[in-house]
Amino acid sequence: MQVTQISVFLQNTAGRLAGVTKVLGEAGVNIRALSIADTSDFGILRLIVDKSEEALKCLKENGFAVSKTEVIAVRVPDRPGGLSEILSLLEEKGINIEYLYAFVGRSEGDAVVVFRVEEPQRARVLLSENNIEFLNEEQISKF
Amino acid sequence: MSKKPVENLIWNEARECMPQEEKEKLQLAKLRETVRRVYQKVPHYRNALQKRGISPDDIRSLADLAELPFTEKNDLRDNYPFGMFAVPQSEIVRIHASSGTTGKPTVVAYTQGDVDNWSELVARSLSCAGATYEDTVHVAYGYGLFTGGLGLHYGAERIGATVVPVSGGNTERQVTLLQDFGATILACTPSYAMHIAEVAREMGIDFRELPLRSGIFGAEPWSDNMRRKIEAELGISAIDIYGLSEVIGPGVACECQAKDGLHVFDDHFLVEVIDPITGEVLPPGQEGELVFTSITKEAFPIIRYRTRDISAIIEEPCECGRTHVRIKRICGRTDDMLIIRGVNVFPSQIESVLLEIGEAEPHYQLIVDRHGQMDCLEVLVEVSENMFSDKVKGLEELGRRIHHKIESILGVSCKVRLVEPKTIERSIGKAKRVIDKRKI
Repeated sequence: MQVTQISVFLQNTAGRLAGVTKVLGEAGVNIRALSIADTSDFGILRLIVDKSEEALKCLKENGFAVSKTEVIAVRVPDRPGGLSEILSLLEEKGINIEYLYAFVGRSEGDAVVVFRVEEPQRARVLLSENNIEFLNEEQISKF
Repeated sequence: MSKKPVENLIWNEARECMPQEEKEKLQLAKLRETVRRVYQKVPHYRNALQKRGISPDDIRSLADLAELPFTEKNDLRDNYPFGMFAVPQSEIVRIHASSGTTGKPTVVAYTQGDVDNWSELVARSLSCAGATYEDTVHVAYGYGLFTGGLGLHYGAERIGATVVPVSGGNTERQVTLLQDFGATILACTPSYAMHIAEVAREMGIDFRELPLRSGIFGAEPWSDNMRRKIEAELGISAIDIYGLSEVIGPGVACECQAKDGLHVFDDHFLVEVIDPITGEVLPPGQEGELVFTSITKEAFPIIRYRTRDISAIIEEPCECGRTHVRIKRICGRTDDMLIIRGVNVFPSQIESVLLEIGEAEPHYQLIVDRHGQMDCLEVLVEVSENMFSDKVKGLEELGRRIHHKIESILGVSCKVRLVEPKTIERSIGKAKRVIDKRKI
């Protein structure tokens, strides 16, 4: 199961992030999770939203450089060592993580970890063999 | 140490002070010879002349020059690399090249006779700077395909001066060598001369105390303001030398110590100023585009080459005694070419790099500035959707690839900055390609 992540190119000038969130807010898109990767020259904003197609459309219309990536989202128990168990599994099998970010849900006391790996197919098989629960977009938006 | 005064020397009085009538006779004979030769040897010129219904025998007076077709940089590109050469390769002793408007450079060639003539012309120019066999000439122009370094080098050797072929870069070392070797003449771009002065000051070296007494600067436009600054800082007399590889390199024209326009060595090159839009020849005094025709070159003769440099012809005789016609200092370009640290840069070169990387409609902007005395080029590239990925590594890699390609094609270092779409200002649908913040 995969989740659509939206990435937006941001140059390092004041107010760019506010610009993106304003566009999404006006289009009625809710942001569920986000992370920013930044270098000295630019940043990449990565978003999980409730309505990814609409988000893509309105960002493009407003002139942002955007791309769509399929990422993996899993449920992680919200307790010490929760994330470590998953990462150890991947590490043992030599699956590299490109990036990840997490958020804690509203109700269930668990966390969601979103990540992108070099070999998504292998990672998915490995994680499901170890009974890690995948989340789809709908689950995330209600999480 | 006291500096020797800079005299106004004339290297070849017979040629440089030739009576007008005699010179025109010589020019016509050489022009006829050149047109006949390119007609026979260079398909491009034969086709261009035939298209206009002109045969070499139709050249009966110097006024007939205006009937000949222009040659443009695109013609040189279309005949890349050797299509414009008028001699077999066995007679060519040297190749030089300069920036083309896209990825391919403009290639020029010299026979031994061409190198000899070129050396003579640079010797004349260096004499304008007061150089004799007793001088030490520090050449800080780049050596290589660029004509600056080797051009000045051969001219200085012709005079019998001591040449220090330093080439560009490593300014602290240059300052040390200038001091230790006691150079009396400096040859480089004017902005580099300013940079040398600045670095020397930081090193606590005062050029006004050193033997350096004269400078010959070119390969980029500069102003009288800049001249005064260089002269004051280095304690020298500074003159402007003009040239372009398509015509021969440095030594097409040069200022004398009167510093009132550049003498075109018109026993080798005919100069015209034209209206850049209509192509019509303009009368003396009127500003327009400089056009040169070589009349002595063997390997790479050039007919009515449109330089895109803006100047005007000065008819009045010069106080120095030379009868060479003068042109005003270059005051601009008719195209968007930039000169950055002496290197010609065309925005279209950047475009060709981005097209190669897979951009269908690249949006970019060049920002040129002068930090201290050095030109800095920054290239802004709009990130389009097909360039963009979610990974930092991917974008950094893209930035590096663009940077590497631009540097290798331009031959000048730059900084590449990726920016968001639609952030580069468009003027009437077309992006504003160049912002030049330099004050010269």
